[in-house]
Amino acid sequence: MRRFSFRTLISEAFKGHKGWERQWRAPEPKASYEVVIVGGGGHGLATAYYLAKEFGIRDVAVLEKGWIGGGNTGRNTTIIRSNYLYDESAALYDHAVKLWEGLSQDLNYNVMFSQRGVMMLAHNLHDVRSFRQHVYANRLNGVDNEWLTPEQAKEFCPPLNISRDARYPVMGAALQRRGGTARHDAVAWGYARAADAMGVDIIQNCEVTGIRRGADGAVEGVETSRGFIATKRVGVVAAGHTSVIMERAGVRMPLESFPLQALVSEPVKPVFPCVVMSNAVHAYISQSDKGELVIGAGTDQYVSYSQQGGLHIATHTLEAICEIFPQFSRMRMLRNWGGIVDVTPDRSPIIGKTPVPGLYVNCGWGTGGFKATPGSGHVFAHTLAKGEPHPVNAPFTLDRFRTGRLIDEAAAAAVAH
Amino acid sequence: MLLVTCPYCGPRPEIEFHCGGEAHIARPAEPAGLDDQAWSEFLFVRTNRKGVQAERWLHQHGCRRWFNALRDTASDRFLATYEMGAPRPSAGGEELR
Repeated sequence: MRRFSFRTLISEAFKGHKGWERQWRAPEPKASYEVVIVGGGGHGLATAYYLAKEFGIRDVAVLEKGWIGGGNTGRNTTIIRSNYLYDESAALYDHAVKLWEGLSQDLNYNVMFSQRGVMMLAHNLHDVRSFRQHVYANRLNGVDNEWLTPEQAKEFCPPLNISRDARYPVMGAALQRRGGTARHDAVAWGYARAADAMGVDIIQNCEVTGIRRGADGAVEGVETSRGFIATKRVGVVAAGHTSVIMERAGVRMPLESFPLQALVSEPVKPVFPCVVMSNAVHAYISQSDKGELVIGAGTDQYVSYSQQGGLHIATHTLEAICEIFPQFSRMRMLRNWGGIVDVTPDRSPIIGKTPVPGLYVNCGWGTGGFKATPGSGHVFAHTLAKGEPHPVNAPFTLDRFRTGRLIDEAAAAAVAH
Repeated sequence: MLLVTCPYCGPRPEIEFHCGGEAHIARPAEPAGLDDQAWSEFLFVRTNRKGVQAERWLHQHGCRRWFNALRDTASDRFLATYEMGAPRPSAGGEELR
């Protein structure tokens, strides 16, 4: 891998940028691998990267049925934060934020991580109480989060409408200054490039059609659209399609897959300095470095794999955005798309072992997986390498739905799920 | 937005309805007799099929009655709607998967 540096950029600028090589290879699948990762999104690629870098396991294949980063990694609203209520969640998401903070240097790839602050609006008394509880719980866990009055919120984000007769009155806000955004495609590309340089095979257009198990029940390999690949360890990181893949290994999951939508506006000059979330109306907004307003909407109410949602869901979010930020009422939207998110009953992810020996799963990130990409990959790589979970992901077992030790962020977040 | 055909009222826009999730999950006759694994499967585990799936819908802002529907989750097309308590129609069943 040719490293990016000021010197190489300057020298390539004088040579017409003709000396750059492909960022990762396009290898043919080998007959066997030590570890096979199913799913070439951010989480899967990060898992492969940390397997190679931290645990010395380089005989790894990442199998992707489409192209890398073409699923939810390239469809999310790129928000990063870690102000979750419960200790387990705060530890998991803050582990990720700490990795985000050094990621561009670590990967030698600019993921454009920008800690511009994530502000969550409180529109009613319940929101106020819930967010203040979050602020105190976060501080006890060493996660930064502070309470703002409506005037302070307006100062931090000038487009905000804090008039008292607004449709969604702002009664305060919780602000995590370490939160922000990153360039989602660059995350996939950066991890792919760095993992490939350490010998990981990234195999695109390769769909897993079956998981072969031996007489003892343990994993023997995966059937793919490009032939059988033998392996004793499989990590399924397939987001919305996790239930489909796991069914092929005979495992039924506590998951449902829903469409989640996002939109971008036409690009405009910098007008929006931070990320604003409104859980009560399920609206998310920030401005990308290209100038587009990036807006996140809610999920549809029914299970679907169609990668498109109902227009009334996006309309509801846009109506709220126009109320909260009246200056955007005449902005034009350029694109609208959907991604399929796998949602668990307690809205916390599942990262760990399954009843099948050799089969591991990292799923259930629901509507908020992008923010966790580095942390998720790191703890899942640990789990795959050691056969036991990292202390950070130990509570996020599949077994918690049997034991009842749920991590109920659904109730805690007060989000209109 | 989907167009949902209520078996009682006919086709109506989706915003009149509430989707109640997977259908034909029978509540165990004797919950106290179940072990944790079986209870967890009843409560939390879902088929989540990519393809034809049976699900419950409520015509919330209409006749307020529940009914079942067969819908293809890959295309979002409804294949059939039928009354609560009726068996899953064979047309649009396993052979259409």
